[in-house]
Amino acid sequence: MENDKNSQKIVDYIGNFARKHSLFVLAYGTGCGAIEIPATMTSRYDAERFGIRGAATPRQADVLLITGYLSTKTLKRVIRVYEQMQEPKYVIGFGSCTVNGGMYYDSYNTINGLDQYIPVDVYINGCMPRPEAVISGFVKLQELIMAGKANNGEKYRENLEHYRSNQKKIIKNWKMPDYNW
Amino acid sequence: MEDLGLKIFGAILTTIMAFTVGMTYGGIVRKLTARVQNRYGPPVYQNFLDLLKLQSKKTNIAHGFMGHMAPVWIIIAAVTVLMFIPILNGNLWFPNLSFHGDLIFLLYMMVFGSLGMALGAGQTGNPNSAIGVTRGLSQMVGYEIPFVLALVALMIQFQTTSVQDLTQVQHETGVWNAFANPFAFLAALLASLGMFRYSPFDIVGAPAELASGPVSEFGGKYLGTMMSGGAVFAFIKLTLYVHLFFGGAGNPDDSGILATLAGIGILLVKTFLLYMIPVFYGWINPRYRTEQAIRYFWGWPTALGIVGVLWAVFFN
Repeated sequence: MENDKNSQKIVDYIGNFARKHSLFVLAYGTGCGAIEIPATMTSRYDAERFGIRGAATPRQADVLLITGYLSTKTLKRVIRVYEQMQEPKYVIGFGSCTVNGGMYYDSYNTINGLDQYIPVDVYINGCMPRPEAVISGFVKLQELIMAGKANNGEKYRENLEHYRSNQKKIIKNWKMPDYNW
Repeated sequence: MEDLGLKIFGAILTTIMAFTVGMTYGGIVRKLTARVQNRYGPPVYQNFLDLLKLQSKKTNIAHGFMGHMAPVWIIIAAVTVLMFIPILNGNLWFPNLSFHGDLIFLLYMMVFGSLGMALGAGQTGNPNSAIGVTRGLSQMVGYEIPFVLALVALMIQFQTTSVQDLTQVQHETGVWNAFANPFAFLAALLASLGMFRYSPFDIVGAPAELASGPVSEFGGKYLGTMMSGGAVFAFIKLTLYVHLFFGGAGNPDDSGILATLAGIGILLVKTFLLYMIPVFYGWINPRYRTEQAIRYFWGWPTALGIVGVLWAVFFN
């Protein structure tokens, strides 16, 4: 995290070092991309050597990994999960579907472009991205964290109205509270 | 006054040591598990990084008074129990309160942390937490019976309830209680499988089915504090077992620096080897269901515990 003078103090460096090497990932397996996650975590590619491990609930997670397309129905759940996560939090868009809709670009019930609805730190393109690409995406996120430039939660809070209006365009029957603590 | 100062210094030193050792053992287990699964694995100090990250989270959500109190309660219970466990047999550097507590008191206090966790998890209102708590309490009913039977066998055999005296007996006779009463030892060992909550008895956490159970609504600093409490508790259980069954560590007649360091070294070796038993058992077993776990504990471990009590009564 950068402070208001756009610089980091020693305590920020220590905090960022710990955050960088301890990423609890909530893999939101919405689409077919979820099949690459077991390959990334198990013995062949072993993401745990970077300190990346799975988290079971949004409260404990640091990284929200959106694997694949989001239908209008699952977007609602993603927003709930994202808002329940504790700051500092990061989002990784995984696969072409989160970048521009991918092969579902003209579908009537999927969204095109994840960053209209929640801020995204790193995109991993490809259909499917291989585990090497996934790990390289995580390494990119680690670089951003160390440089203090991964301020996803802050961005969301500051531009909440923008994101909320975009979300409400998709979710017609909005029955959630204003912010899902 | 000097005596009091030494006691406070010893207490702080004990807490720091228990925390460091517990966290490091957890890291070593993660590394070893990775090697067994043909992975490279995280570094040994990964748990410290996790803890530092959890404590440096910017926002935290609590769900009412017990939600705030649960992690505090756990760490208070852990440190309190730690004060009543003899770290080194008769050593002047770690006197703590080990002369005034006995096994019955310890049995009561060791449940205290789980009680705080149960109350805190209950207030979060998450259904996964409620299921996790009921599972945890059921499992505790399961393994407490062989554990208590083993301790009762020791109490009958040596006519004392003091951990200090039980360790002293082993030091004087030179026979470990693991051999003096093998049935009680086996019962306690099988009970420890449930106590450490590795597979197949990881029914409380169960990430894939319960979303980490009781802690599912706790994140950030709350989770970090619970992790520290858990690390201290792991050290407590291991040290208690070593002092009850493996002759303890340390020389009661010599409290010099070298003897103390040697005692700590022996304690670390013994606790680590003991810790490997539930871990090894976990590597080769999938998870039990709740009723299977309870049936396991009420089967052979309880039978061995009863035989241990009979052994203590008739072959004393």
